[in-house]
Amino acid sequence: MTRAIEVENLTMTYGTLRAVDDVSLSVEQGEFVGILGPNGAGKTTTLETIEGLRRPDRGSVTVLGQPVWPRNAGLLPRIGVQLQASSFFERLTAREQMHTFAALYGVRTSVADDWLERVGLVDKADTRVEDLSGGQTQRLSIASALVHDPELVFLDEPTAALDPQARRNLWDLLSGLNDSGRTVVLTTHYMDEAEVLCDRVAIMDSGRILQFDSPSALIRRLDAPARITVAPGQLQLDEARRIDGVDEAAEGSDGVVLVTRQPTVVVSRLAETDQLDGVRVQTGTLEDVFLDLTGREYRA
Amino acid sequence: MTSPSAFTALSLAILKGFVRDKTSVFFAVIFPLMFLVLFGGLFSDQDQSKVELIQVGGVALVDGLPDDAREAFDETFEVERSDDLDAAIAEVRKGDADVALEQQGDQLVAHYTQTEQVKAAITQGALRAFVDGANVAQLSAESGQPPTFTLETERVEDESLTTIQFVTPGLLGWAVAMSAAFGAAATLQGWRQSKLLRRLQLAPVSTRTVVGARVTVTVAIALAQLAIFIGLGAAAFGLTLTGSWWMSIPLLVVGTLCFMALGLLAGAVTTTVEGAVNAANFVVLPMAFLSGSFFPLDATPGWLQAISNALPLKHLNEAMMDVMVRGEGPSSALVPMGILAAFALVVTLVAARLFRWETS
Repeated sequence: MTRAIEVENLTMTYGTLRAVDDVSLSVEQGEFVGILGPNGAGKTTTLETIEGLRRPDRGSVTVLGQPVWPRNAGLLPRIGVQLQASSFFERLTAREQMHTFAALYGVRTSVADDWLERVGLVDKADTRVEDLSGGQTQRLSIASALVHDPELVFLDEPTAALDPQARRNLWDLLSGLNDSGRTVVLTTHYMDEAEVLCDRVAIMDSGRILQFDSPSALIRRLDAPARITVAPGQLQLDEARRIDGVDEAAEGSDGVVLVTRQPTVVVSRLAETDQLDGVRVQTGTLEDVFLDLTGREYRA
Repeated sequence: MTSPSAFTALSLAILKGFVRDKTSVFFAVIFPLMFLVLFGGLFSDQDQSKVELIQVGGVALVDGLPDDAREAFDETFEVERSDDLDAAIAEVRKGDADVALEQQGDQLVAHYTQTEQVKAAITQGALRAFVDGANVAQLSAESGQPPTFTLETERVEDESLTTIQFVTPGLLGWAVAMSAAFGAAATLQGWRQSKLLRRLQLAPVSTRTVVGARVTVTVAIALAQLAIFIGLGAAAFGLTLTGSWWMSIPLLVVGTLCFMALGLLAGAVTTTVEGAVNAANFVVLPMAFLSGSFFPLDATPGWLQAISNALPLKHLNEAMMDVMVRGEGPSSALVPMGILAAFALVVTLVAARLFRWETS
């Protein structure tokens, strides 16, 4: 089976800035892949080059077995794109937008209406795009990228600038997108989003891909210790330090915090002594991986 | 239901976007129409108001006019009677009346000022005519012979065009130039900002289809402007078109392409929608002045007319006037159409060279 995406040694330069630096990446069909990175990491440039909007300065990009540059008209009906800005026709309603995009792809109008329903915008069908909320605009944008049922879809920061409710709401929609074997590539700078949605995550910084693996493998590889918090009054500090497997123990504001690389051993020991009430276990997250890889210093 | 073709769908989307944009509609249709109403309505009444005459005491000439002469006299003069000469002269001096008339024996004395030269001339001329008329009548009555020479005046329509005939083609040229340039500039910038251009680049439609849809809508708007201008001009201000007025349709089509090209150039060299529209305005408004959209260029100095010959709108305006109101034949529009087409081609090539997909 041909790969959905095959990028080899891609380099993109703007003046003296290497926006993308020798990136190689391959995505299998049916995968849900996330590209994660801080602002300016090169995510959008990488994505737009894979979509065929930019000519690679060096390296090659193949999508669904075909080269994307120069503009490959045979490929266009097979891919769907949602660009970073909300790319709509001015002053058209949600339904009119969908019907126009449907016509551009030669798709029946009823399919466009089905997508409006699927993204929950039937109530807003007659609302002009300028009057939609941020979440509604993003959902319409995703629907317009999918109206022709593409095999491969690119979503560039679909949840940027949304409030937490709207973001969760959008996750439900996004998580079903690759059910039918469709390949999805999304960029984001939200770790939780990538962890929930993606099969594999590429962590990008300064134009390079630092790691590309499943979220759980990335976390495992980080080998971050777990933090177990025991509610106040259940465990003395010196007693805590004597438990097997505890590397460190400290008194925190909401109880004693134990740091361990063997959380299973420590938790079963707490269970034996009946000290489990109000215990909270935190293992490593993708965010820890991300910060570990990209550093913690603030970048303006 | 099957979808319409990509071309139809895009044209509809662009047209709806225009019609729903109140500002665009205002500047394309209402704003130029305001000028049409202003020029056509206010300046069309070229008849002079009557001369206000104060008759001091009895003036035999005026009082003794035969009926037909009396009628002509009343058409020129608004007569007020007074017995106080000084007060009447004071009124003339203040400008409240135009002339004070008194009779001293056989002499008719008119007191007037030169402040309003036109009225002064009319006053002088008209009074002299009536005096002469009275003398002739008296002489012929004494000799029993009819006067040898009589004057018949007959009004002929002026060779120069009346106001509405002159302003309609020029204002229409300006209106079309403005909406074509603004439309192209704002669409290019707006679509680039929202990345809709990129989005369309990734849809299976050709550039030809996208550009064709935008051009079709702009041309349709220009023809609607033509219909509205001619309709209102004819219905309200007595605009009469001459034989080959229909040549204004192909003229407007080529003109639209020319000004769309200017709008594309404005959109290509600017980075915001506001900037693009302002740049288009900066080009079109002075050009409208220099191309005779608002006033005739005949009286302007030669260097100004030389500049105006380099402006495409001048050629559009002149050609529109030739075919719409001057009664020139259809072939008179061919050279201007060639000039406009060449202009469109050159400017489009420049705009294409300067075009960038991204604003940054």
